[in-house]
Amino acid sequence: MSGNVLFPAIIRWGAPRTVAAIVVLVLLTLLPFIAGSVGSDYYVGFGTRVLIYALAAIGLNFILGFGGMVSLGHAMYVMLGAYAVAIPSTHGVVSGWAHLAVAIAVTAVLAAGVGAVALRTSGIAFIMITLAFAQMLYFGAVGLKDYGGDDGLTVAERSVAGLYDLSNPTTLYYVALVTVLLALYLSWRAVLSPFGLVLRATKANARRATALGHPVFRYQLTAYVVSAVVCAVAGVLLANLTKFASPSYGAWTLSGELIVIVILGGIGTVFGPVVGAIILLVLEELLPTLVEMVTPDYKANWMLLLGLFIFLVALLLKRGVFGSLPDSATHRGEQR
Amino acid sequence: MSALVTQSLVKRFGGVLATDHVSLTVEPGEIHAIIGPNGAGKSTLIGQLAGEIASDEGRVLMFDEDVTEVRTHQRAQRGLARTYQVTQLAKEFTALDNVLLAVNARERHNFRFWRNAHDDATAMAKATTALATVGLGAMHHATVGTMAHGEQRQLEIAMALATEPKLLLLDEPLAGMSQGESAAIVALLQSLRGRYPMLLVEHDMEAVFALADRVSVLVYGRIIATDTPDGVRNNPEVRAAYLGETV
Repeated sequence: MSGNVLFPAIIRWGAPRTVAAIVVLVLLTLLPFIAGSVGSDYYVGFGTRVLIYALAAIGLNFILGFGGMVSLGHAMYVMLGAYAVAIPSTHGVVSGWAHLAVAIAVTAVLAAGVGAVALRTSGIAFIMITLAFAQMLYFGAVGLKDYGGDDGLTVAERSVAGLYDLSNPTTLYYVALVTVLLALYLSWRAVLSPFGLVLRATKANARRATALGHPVFRYQLTAYVVSAVVCAVAGVLLANLTKFASPSYGAWTLSGELIVIVILGGIGTVFGPVVGAIILLVLEELLPTLVEMVTPDYKANWMLLLGLFIFLVALLLKRGVFGSLPDSATHRGEQR
Repeated sequence: MSALVTQSLVKRFGGVLATDHVSLTVEPGEIHAIIGPNGAGKSTLIGQLAGEIASDEGRVLMFDEDVTEVRTHQRAQRGLARTYQVTQLAKEFTALDNVLLAVNARERHNFRFWRNAHDDATAMAKATTALATVGLGAMHHATVGTMAHGEQRQLEIAMALATEPKLLLLDEPLAGMSQGESAAIVALLQSLRGRYPMLLVEHDMEAVFALADRVSVLVYGRIIATDTPDGVRNNPEVRAAYLGETV
């Protein structure tokens, strides 16, 4: 047995995991062309949605997969990102950079506060506190009567960012793809860095990390803020995709979905969230149609099948779909 | 200047006096052993010294500095290293990464997100040295989960040493070990004698009497005697309270 099982520095090109990741990335890169040849723009929009969910899940995975912090409130940061587009644009501010700056700044400040409180606890209490803050923010957004309240807010103009016009679906798709690639690369580097070593140690054994002299709280809080900011960036993209921001983006069900994506893909792997997002969203898209074809009367019950699938993955694949792929013939690490 | 001084240290759990006005010292270079029957409060005392358990009364001094109110990780940064009775390691990590984590704890500038942790040649060299010191030189890339119990105990000590400590707290380093493994650890601790002052909590009497310069006997949270190994062995009160037929 050699090599660090989960986090090697070297990409092993022959390993099934590496091959799977490359295949997925190539397909994602080609998707607009494939959709174009089929003659359906719908799939470009769907692909963008998958990428946005993947991005948010990469953000959550940074603390859930590597830091062992189960946040059931990360949708609030997605919502913040969406409102950071919608609210300024109703006031005529359409610069994408401005939207991004507002989203990052507001999220960083809020996450530092929420994290500082929530990280006083751990385990179940941490889950409940993050959920409580997300609910507060959700109802806060419902109370924004000037900005649509419960009904949400239509984005008048999509973000304009330099040469890129995000109202072009293909452009938005590639912006989302590049953002995902960037987030993957950054989290890969961070996980292997001295910071990442301590963060992973706090997950494995926080008591020992403290006894060695590491200020564990500071590491956890930093990771929490970074993770929230990634989710906010996903929110900025989401508002541009849907031309809409609403409190429902911050619903706890979305927070739960992000956790499911991370676990489906493979907790503690860098690339897992991408695979998890693809699987979950594709199933949510396909299953209703499939069920309707087989038994039209039970169309509404497609979620039973989704639940069964998630149950089976959790039962049979301890490390999720991507995480269970062999990382090489000798069980050495994984790539990204 | 003593390496460690406790002054009338107290810990209560409800009505129970787990630590009953314990005063002891560890002198530079000394191996000071604490023995006592199960439930005597040894682990509580170690927890108080490490800062994991807050004391109700009394003071703890490290090298003349009052650290009673100093938090766990800050005590560690001041040179206190401990090992655990029940192995506390990152199970999915390799032996090397566990020790590297300990080496990095000594550095104040650990908020580095970019560079690969394994590219830090100085830290890697220190980690390698610590592993070699405890006899795990060939185990760098073994994950902790695959290591034998005895090897994990050795790794515990390697991690403590890797923090470049000024004082070692060893909580039953021989717990659950075979005779051969115990002998190796005793030899290791002998070889470290004089380099670090040590407070050693241990059940294995043979090891204690072989290693310790002084022995304190803890019974119901109270130290009933502190003496040389021979002195303790011949102390009637100790014999009555604890040693009885075992010595």
